[in-house]
Amino acid sequence: MLVIKDLAVKFPSRFGDFTAIEDVDMVIRPGEIHGLVGESGAGKSTVGAAVIGLLSSPGYIAGGEISLGDTDLRTLTPSEAHAVRGDRISMIFQDPQTSLNPLMTIEDQLIETIQAHSDVTHAEALKRAVDLLEEIGIKDAAKRIKAYPHQFSGGMRQRVVIALAICTDPELIIADEPTTALDVAVQSQVLDLIKRLARDRDIAFMLITHDIGVIAQVADRVTVMRHGKVMESGETRQVLGAPEHPYTRALMDAVPPLDRRIDRFRVPEEAPIAGDGPTGNLAEDWLLEGQRSDLLGLKLTDLTVTFAAPRTSIFRKPDPYVALDNVSLTVRPGTIMGLVGESGSGKSTLAKAITGLVSPASGEMRLGDAELPYGKTRSRYHPSRQLIQMVFQDPYSSLNSRHRIGDILEEPLWFYGFVTERAERRRLAAAMLELVGMAPDAIDKYPHQFSGGQRQRIAVARALLARPRFLICDEPTSALDVSIQAEILNLLKDLQSTFGLTILFISHNLAVVRQMADDTAVLRAGRIEEVSSTENLYENPQADYTRSLLSLTPVMPKDWVARGS
Amino acid sequence: MVYFILKRLVQSVFVMLAVAFLAFSLFRFVGDPVSQMTGVETSVADQEKLRDDLGLNDPFVVQFYRFTTDLLQGDFGFSYRTRQPVADMIADRIPATLELGIVALLISLIVGIPAGVYTALRPRGVATQAILMTTLVGVSIPTFVIGIMLIFIFGVQLGWLPTFGRSGTVQIGGWESSLFTIEGWRSLLLPAITLGVYQLTLTMRLVRAEMMEVMRSDYIRFGMARGVPMGRLHYRHALANTMVPVITIIGLQFGGVIAFSIVTESVFQWPGMGLLFLESIRFVDIPVMGVYLVVIAFFFVLVNLVVDLLYVAIDPRLRVRDV
Repeated sequence: MLVIKDLAVKFPSRFGDFTAIEDVDMVIRPGEIHGLVGESGAGKSTVGAAVIGLLSSPGYIAGGEISLGDTDLRTLTPSEAHAVRGDRISMIFQDPQTSLNPLMTIEDQLIETIQAHSDVTHAEALKRAVDLLEEIGIKDAAKRIKAYPHQFSGGMRQRVVIALAICTDPELIIADEPTTALDVAVQSQVLDLIKRLARDRDIAFMLITHDIGVIAQVADRVTVMRHGKVMESGETRQVLGAPEHPYTRALMDAVPPLDRRIDRFRVPEEAPIAGDGPTGNLAEDWLLEGQRSDLLGLKLTDLTVTFAAPRTSIFRKPDPYVALDNVSLTVRPGTIMGLVGESGSGKSTLAKAITGLVSPASGEMRLGDAELPYGKTRSRYHPSRQLIQMVFQDPYSSLNSRHRIGDILEEPLWFYGFVTERAERRRLAAAMLELVGMAPDAIDKYPHQFSGGQRQRIAVARALLARPRFLICDEPTSALDVSIQAEILNLLKDLQSTFGLTILFISHNLAVVRQMADDTAVLRAGRIEEVSSTENLYENPQADYTRSLLSLTPVMPKDWVARGS
Repeated sequence: MVYFILKRLVQSVFVMLAVAFLAFSLFRFVGDPVSQMTGVETSVADQEKLRDDLGLNDPFVVQFYRFTTDLLQGDFGFSYRTRQPVADMIADRIPATLELGIVALLISLIVGIPAGVYTALRPRGVATQAILMTTLVGVSIPTFVIGIMLIFIFGVQLGWLPTFGRSGTVQIGGWESSLFTIEGWRSLLLPAITLGVYQLTLTMRLVRAEMMEVMRSDYIRFGMARGVPMGRLHYRHALANTMVPVITIIGLQFGGVIAFSIVTESVFQWPGMGLLFLESIRFVDIPVMGVYLVVIAFFFVLVNLVVDLLYVAIDPRLRVRDV
């Protein structure tokens, strides 16, 4: 049993100690899955790192107690603590792609871990490792164990990671976002596995995640954290179904539901949107002036995109990898088309083909009445380069970190020749910032001075300043916390209805797409499985694949609902 | 895999062709071989005859073809200066330079890699700071100054080691080696250290930077979280991953060590290819210079090929696809 009392962790810095977490209390019993939720920076991972004794330098435990069973974890010497790691406490990391050593076989990594904690021969360790892999759902384990990590798929790798974590029979496993990097189908298998292990082996799990759906599905108890403090703690159903703390309630409001559409998310402290001030009106008027032309739709016919596969022989040309296979899709003018699918299904390739970053092998793309030339044959000055704009997934890498926000925003204005006068461009950029809910003084700052949500607003502003008629949003909120996600989704909805944009909204998150899209298309392995109006698709899915996606997405059970809206 | 190596081989052929072309251009456009070979008293008619006999009036392409095919058959021509075949001159000098280069490389690896690992694992230690400062001085001082300083300290002041030349050589087949006698090693030590110092600092800093990066990676953190012994984590997990990028640079640098041994060889009067090259420059001995160019390029290509093979040996992602 893990008991944490009044735990505080501090990071010394030039400006005095920064308190990462304080007054954290938690009890995890054997066999219990204890969810730890909160947004980024809430200190969830710090709690896990403090328990396993791997706080990143220079952080230190400033006070409180951590004990596992009878052992006081704070009084251990470094070598004792290292002996406890793996033996009694283990950990599962977020990304199975990076948490295994790429240069060693699974066998070597498993056996060294087993032998590090128990005095067994190589053969015994091997047998135990094979049995464990079988138990965890890797078929033909005796053979597969000889493989290197890169030879396993993402889901299989996470199983191997779990096998490594449990191969020494620990009492406690800290799982830090164990399914965040996985597709829903794989996620549900991994969650089932965690549930089974907790039940059968009586392992206590600390499940750190930002995904309320995941917590609702597997956690017995949950602790909600914010700014390094515990907001609320208790039985999962109690905390999520009838949240007492205002923060928990706000958090629950921001989670997009899968089973119905809500018009707007209720966001506390929401920044004013859509220019109340005179400057915001300037941007609004300028945009509306550009929207006098008709709404533009997009029509894709039999679009096929292939990539050359790596060559392995001189004599045989390898079969190309088909990323998109005869995709036909119509985005009606002035609507939002949602595009969902798992990783590798071709969602982003589709966006790249439309924007001319990737050249299709065949098929036709039409924006309004005009045909879009393929990839490199599309000239730099083709009108579609202005009419189609994009908002990318990662706001940290999609803004040039060496340019001021003003320069970033003014670029489309002079590039497309909208505004020739420099002062006027600047005024418009400031007005646009206000329109997307940012303070106009942001114009002189650099991207790193803003949070992810603010950066995404800047990215939206940049896209709008090109006066687009067609906006592609490629996973615009998947790098953001739920409350920030809610704000960005609200913003996109407002802008779309005010300016009559046509939007292709790409996401792997079905709940988000349900809130945003008028129509939804489901993509799988480069083929469209199903297209329909969003309500119809979610209420009455036709394709088996859509049904399984919907059923596997973790949600809160319906009978828990005590949501405010 | 096989395809990968074949591709590299084909690329190497093109690199060698390009270098051969450069070397040939030296012959063709730098100076006039006939006027260098003949005295003032040779008549113009005789000069023309010689020019014709040597094929210097043939079209450019024909001459280049002849040049490359001769090279391929090991016919490197004759030196203007000594009238000896260039092939023999180079073959005489290659062992000295290669032994010097390889020992320099070994010194840099044997000292550089452990020092890099040590400084990466104890980034704040006093020893680390001292090592980093010293090596910073090491890179900042030009090679010849280091050589002269070493000569002054160990050769002149302490009188422990010879200050110049190569001695104690043993003839093994066609290879004249100084690695089998104490005397040979004594004369080899100072030049090898001089040549290896820069490579050493570079290796150390590279290993340190890569190792610190790797130690922050998820799989090392995961290794710690499951209690894998620290020694094993450092030397089995982290070091192997560190070496993947380090090997590239070491390989490239080794080519450089061979090519830039010129300075060290001249400081220590080491009878290697670099010294030969310097002498050839002084006498505008173009055939030797051209062949030197080709031989050095060949080393570069060879080393890079070996690096590619090492990659494949270290990284299973290049070796095996799916099971």
